[in-house]
Amino acid sequence: MLRLFKSRLMQGRPTLDFPGPQSLPERFRGRPEVKPGLCKEGCRACADVCPTEAIQIAPLRVDLGRCLFCAECAEACPEKAIDFTAGHFEQSFRKREDLIVDGAEAKLAGALDERMRSLFGRSLRLRHVAAGDCSGCAAELTALSNVVFDLGRFGVQFVASPRHADGLVISGPVTANMREALRLAWEATPAPKLVVAVGACAISGGPFRDLPAQSNGVSPEIPVDLYVAGCPPHPLTLLDGLLRLLGRI
Amino acid sequence: MQGGAEPAAECAFANGTAVQLDSIPGFPVSALGEAARAAREQGRALVALMPLREGACDHLLLLLADSATGRLSASSFDLGGANEFPSVTQAWPAAHLFEREIFETSGVTPVGHPWLKPVRRHAELGDAGAPPHPFLRAQGEGVHEVAVGPIHAGVIEPGHFRFQCSGEEVLHLEIQLGYQYRGAEQRLVSGKPASRLVAAESIAGDTAVGHALAYCTALEALSGAKVPLRAQSIRGVALELERIANHAGDLGALCNDVGYVPGAALFGRMRGDFLNLLTEISGNRFGRGLLVPGGVRFEVTPELQARMLNALDEVEPRLHAAERLVFSTPSVVSRFEGAGAIERARAEELGFVGPTARACGVPRDARADHPVGAFQFAHVPVAVAEDGDVMARATVRWLEIVRSLRFLRDQLSRLPAGPLRKDPVALRASSMAVALIEGWRGAIAHVAFTDEAGQVARHRVIDPSFRNWLALALCVRGGQVSDFPLCNKSFNLSYAGHDL
Repeated sequence: MLRLFKSRLMQGRPTLDFPGPQSLPERFRGRPEVKPGLCKEGCRACADVCPTEAIQIAPLRVDLGRCLFCAECAEACPEKAIDFTAGHFEQSFRKREDLIVDGAEAKLAGALDERMRSLFGRSLRLRHVAAGDCSGCAAELTALSNVVFDLGRFGVQFVASPRHADGLVISGPVTANMREALRLAWEATPAPKLVVAVGACAISGGPFRDLPAQSNGVSPEIPVDLYVAGCPPHPLTLLDGLLRLLGRI
Repeated sequence: MQGGAEPAAECAFANGTAVQLDSIPGFPVSALGEAARAAREQGRALVALMPLREGACDHLLLLLADSATGRLSASSFDLGGANEFPSVTQAWPAAHLFEREIFETSGVTPVGHPWLKPVRRHAELGDAGAPPHPFLRAQGEGVHEVAVGPIHAGVIEPGHFRFQCSGEEVLHLEIQLGYQYRGAEQRLVSGKPASRLVAAESIAGDTAVGHALAYCTALEALSGAKVPLRAQSIRGVALELERIANHAGDLGALCNDVGYVPGAALFGRMRGDFLNLLTEISGNRFGRGLLVPGGVRFEVTPELQARMLNALDEVEPRLHAAERLVFSTPSVVSRFEGAGAIERARAEELGFVGPTARACGVPRDARADHPVGAFQFAHVPVAVAEDGDVMARATVRWLEIVRSLRFLRDQLSRLPAGPLRKDPVALRASSMAVALIEGWRGAIAHVAFTDEAGQVARHRVIDPSFRNWLALALCVRGGQVSDFPLCNKSFNLSYAGHDL
């Protein structure tokens, strides 16, 4: 027992203050700052190397729904027009088109409407469904429940059954072999319900886009309330997205 | 392939090198059984058994690894136009899943296979092209069946588990996977180089470094490129950070599964400490973006080197305190001991790898047996335990954390000088390269083939989970259903890595 207290004391208080300013490693790649003004005419170095065709040029635009935050474009750009290391971990959006960033201020996720907030604002139960998730997103969703990120303090919890859930968190490109199971889980979740698409795979297919055994992410039959970009999104990104949705940021 | 009798008939090569496809010796398929028996008797490891070519399965390729000589070997077996071959699974059970895979992808039947069921395609999943195959079913008084999944009760990947039980006792568990099948291998040979690399990092997300390293090593073998020493060292550091983070996370999760919250909290947090160190180097918690064919993308500056060593100084005492706490808590130890035990003979004949095998006393570790990169110069002692149970797997993981920490300190205090990467060069045509990398779950194998034009035409991936899932199914036999989550977590296998 003494040993337990000793190691508890040694650990200090590991839980992050959130919301608030966060210190992330210098090289952490989050939401990019895009500066179309710096592009040289005719240059398409970034678009040529992008593994997921997330970049359009003239004018320069990056689709964060496809972006894997892989550093290829930043490395290829001679003008430093795309910078992932500005420390922006906020990369959640309500509408698919808002994920396309072009240098204007990012349209980060806004809160649910009054009625949904009164239902879920202080208590939200989520069921996670991995549908081709490489386990990267699953690992970061798991990390949300540890003592550092401590999702539970915000009244948000993962539950075992869709019937106990207020919404689904979906990760992975939705494999053909998981389509039916995902549909059943969605139908089993009582209305009104939320859907959160986590990671490039669930939003666009990610690195597996257009392969025949998957669906390029969550199909239009399952309406998405929150898109969390990343490969995988940092736990802080996930926390930020969920709290924005609940109107608590 | 006849042991010492015909040494010239074998094409032997080192891990991380390439051979010309036409230098692989050919035999009639009737010799396959004898070759498998001989290899098993000599204590070799089965790297892969697969069609030599994609599409028409007219030859089988047998890839072996010999830890005694540190050499790999390849031989091919001509099916002689037949659509079947005599199964070698009875002679060498390690071949069981490879034969099922051959059957599934090519339709060629391994005659005499004891459980010839598709691996990733299933009629039950609405796949009309897949041959239906039932679950094994126990019958008798009081016998009942428990079906779990594909969606499990937790934040975890999907798979289906079918238990045959008598009361609380598990008689048999059959694991059906394939739900995660994305076709990852197809992406490894199509599209831009960057698209292939990110797909390699996404085979199993908690092993992004391990798979990226195996992918890059295979390509470098085909090009003959020598990776700069500094890059080899940084790659080694990243691989061991990945190992420590996952082992620490799983030790925490094991505590959680036996209701010991302090252990879960302590180890769960420290997993993050190591992921943050990976972020310091690579900008991503899983080390994505760090490796590129020819080297690494990011520098470890002297300041970063010092910062990482300081971080290790800070975290190590906390790790040791957590270890002492967890392994001296009777309620933890009594649940870990004896749960999910596997005999050494089973682990050997079924070809289990990584901590799963080492916890059964099988001292197999690609870092020691077939070292490439930094592991050629810095030896990491192989961690072994004897009992094969949850306790043994936890012990092996802990020992590996300690030894990897030593490796990290060693590498970080004397990183070789020099460039970070070498520019890509053309690949050798009509060749095959094999890369065996000891990821945190065990040996990751990547086998890449080039065509006459020197383009990668085929890239096969064998995740350690592919070899180890049967270990979970076997270890719960005779135990209680309620021990399943604990046993499962002690392996923490990858569904996506198996399904690809």
